[in-house]
Amino acid sequence: MKILVALKQVPDTETRIKVAADGKSIDPADVKWITSPYDEYALEEAIRLKESKAAEVTVVSLGSDSAKDVLRNALALGADNAVLLKSEASDPLAIASALAAWAKGKGFDLILAGNKGIGGDNASVGPMIAELLDIAQANVVVKLEIGDGTFRAEREIEGGTEVIEGKLPAVITAQKGLNEPRYASLKGIMGAKKKTIEEVDGAAPSGSTSVVGMVMPPARPEGRKLDGEPAQQAAALLSALKDEAKIF
Amino acid sequence: MAAENASTTEIVQGGSFLLTPIGQLPQFTPEDLSDDSKEFGRAARDFIEGEVLPRDEAIDKLDLPLTIELLRKAGEIGLLSIEIPEAYEGLELDKKSSLLVLEEMSKQGSFSVSYGACTGIGTLPIVYFGTEAQKKNYLPKLAAGELLAAYALTEAGSGSDAMGAKTTAVLDGDSWVLNGTKMWITNAGFADIFCTFAKVDGQHFSCFIIEKDDPGLSTGSEEHKLGIKGSSTRTLILENCRIPKDRLLGEIGKGHKIAFGILNIGRFKLGAGCIGGAKRVIEYTLKYTSERHQFNKPLNSFGLIQQKLADMATKIFVGEAINWRTIGYIDDALSQSSWSDPDAGAKKMQAIDEFSIEASIVKVWGSEALSWIADESVQCFGGYGFSAEYPPEKVYRDCRINRIFEGTNEINRLLIAGTLLKRAMKGELPMMQFGQQVAKEISNPPKAAAFTGPVARLKHGVELSKRQCMLASGLAVQVLGQKLVDNQEVMARMSNMMMEIYAMESAVVRAERMLESGHRWAEIARDFTELYVNEAWHRVHGDARMLCADVTDGEGLRHALAGIKAFAEFHPTSCARLRGRIASQLIQKGGYPVEII
Repeated sequence: MKILVALKQVPDTETRIKVAADGKSIDPADVKWITSPYDEYALEEAIRLKESKAAEVTVVSLGSDSAKDVLRNALALGADNAVLLKSEASDPLAIASALAAWAKGKGFDLILAGNKGIGGDNASVGPMIAELLDIAQANVVVKLEIGDGTFRAEREIEGGTEVIEGKLPAVITAQKGLNEPRYASLKGIMGAKKKTIEEVDGAAPSGSTSVVGMVMPPARPEGRKLDGEPAQQAAALLSALKDEAKIF
Repeated sequence: MAAENASTTEIVQGGSFLLTPIGQLPQFTPEDLSDDSKEFGRAARDFIEGEVLPRDEAIDKLDLPLTIELLRKAGEIGLLSIEIPEAYEGLELDKKSSLLVLEEMSKQGSFSVSYGACTGIGTLPIVYFGTEAQKKNYLPKLAAGELLAAYALTEAGSGSDAMGAKTTAVLDGDSWVLNGTKMWITNAGFADIFCTFAKVDGQHFSCFIIEKDDPGLSTGSEEHKLGIKGSSTRTLILENCRIPKDRLLGEIGKGHKIAFGILNIGRFKLGAGCIGGAKRVIEYTLKYTSERHQFNKPLNSFGLIQQKLADMATKIFVGEAINWRTIGYIDDALSQSSWSDPDAGAKKMQAIDEFSIEASIVKVWGSEALSWIADESVQCFGGYGFSAEYPPEKVYRDCRINRIFEGTNEINRLLIAGTLLKRAMKGELPMMQFGQQVAKEISNPPKAAAFTGPVARLKHGVELSKRQCMLASGLAVQVLGQKLVDNQEVMARMSNMMMEIYAMESAVVRAERMLESGHRWAEIARDFTELYVNEAWHRVHGDARMLCADVTDGEGLRHALAGIKAFAEFHPTSCARLRGRIASQLIQKGGYPVEII
């Protein structure tokens, strides 16, 4: 079985984000980059399938040279091959088109990805790849079983679980709970150094959308302390809600 | 093997920093680390942040099964096998990679002690001194975490005086029979093997590998300690403990080589680990002082809080410079021999031994830096710092042991100056020549204009400090002669000066490189270094003057102080201004900015 895992490099959730001078992107200075956590579940699932079903795992990332860190980490965790699609694209459809175009005809039985890349939170690329390749998909999956040319996926829905069955090839996007990703072993890290990352021109057709602005949320105004006895405080609160906040 | 970071092939002599002009010795800095090594550090960070820190509270309730589980997990990902040769299923990484991992592991006090005792002093005696059969038998299992190790040297009556051990070993047919009680044994509650020291026939200090199930072995109850409450500390009781003859480690009567050789590594690691611990302290102290408001302003806007924050970060920067410089020397020396050499263990031990002065400096400087940082963190938290609900209280207690074990800081101070003097007497270090040079320079001291580069003024300061230290130490040798080594206060002053000189020089060279290469954080590196040199220069100056007063008086003292004054043309800059600038960067970044990995 051949598995493809699509990985996205994103700013660390603990990084203090600043808007760049162009007003529509993140200032990359001092940003620490990580693999999007949902993609980590996708990768872990692929490695587990490799261990249980002797699959070959290829990881792919679309981005600049810095995305090689994400790929190298995936190799350290157990991926067999890594491919960097060099591209500046940021629109989901453009990214999905480039990934689908590269994956087409390479015989992948299963394409795994996070259900969304944190930060961007578009949740679009996985489903778009499935559509572009015209294959089955199941999204935001918390449990996955692979049969003989088939899959069975569980996803959490309001008040219950939805079970989806389908034929491979398919795109499955991972949700937290699918598995517990492993730590890279030092031996794995050493082994990854010996593997090469294939670089491919990932130029994509321009997408259908573009980001025109990015603004930080306004600073929260300082709180106000109401003085007096509880009854006075309650009265003051009520009038503030009524006259200032005008909530009723 | 990750030997790609080797900074130089020139082999440096331990202790020579004092006698060599600044910038002439090679120096490894963390900025020289390759991306490859950094990945090992990141792996350790993921492990410690994902597995260990979330269980902080449980570990410190002395949940030994949990500690065992965490050590085994660490073993699964290779964190126990870093320094074990490849031939015995270890990773055989260089000591730089080991240091990157160690810094991360040091972020939970108790666990770092369990980890350090297992992989360091517990395992390394077998790595360096084991027979082929012993290595084959133990090292692969230690590498995988199937076996966990401990080190048993101290006894109730012999701590610093380790050679005064009373435990005995007697050969009886094909077995050794050991009797005695070892004290303060880290990991005793769960270790599978103990590298244990005993005197053969009550005379010849030697080392043995004892297994947990050997007949006659038992452990006492857990000690109730001031800190590192989650690490197991018990007595190891040997009552007619019978072990096979081939469990002797090294040679009969040569146990001191193992004990002190391994302690050299242990000292380096302990001090270096302290800086890792300090990084966690500054992280939460910065966070708290940004959130807590008094007088309608966050704490971090007040000058005296900014002073503490700036000093914490400065100590971390200087500590890193010291640690990486030292590990660079050790790695270079170790890479001169291969594990395939028949006497590799002895050669490598000798290579490490060469830097015993630097290892002791790392230990003393690092442990005292962390103590200061932990203490000021409590202060920044105010009343909350005194409460066990907040993190500073625990670190304040946990870090206290660092000034005691692996040789007290007092013993290490005696070793720093003592080893330098010993090597000078043997003619191994040209201390006499440097002394003569300095005496001649009194009438013509080095001028600031003779130094170049972006930190020229600081380089001048370091060179002046060396001369003050040399004059005062030379006087002590002249006046006290052989009795000098028994005058512990004078020895400690010498050591303090040497430590400050090593610290200043390491930081200055690191900052200069960062400035010259246009490093992202070069400006704050310059500020850290300038702040440190401003203050450390005056400490050395004070120590030099007072050392003179300890060994002479009257006309002799007047003459000596005049000599020191000749090398005192160094003017400080405003520390308040530097601290303000450093603090504002720290606050803006929300952390110590010069990240290594």
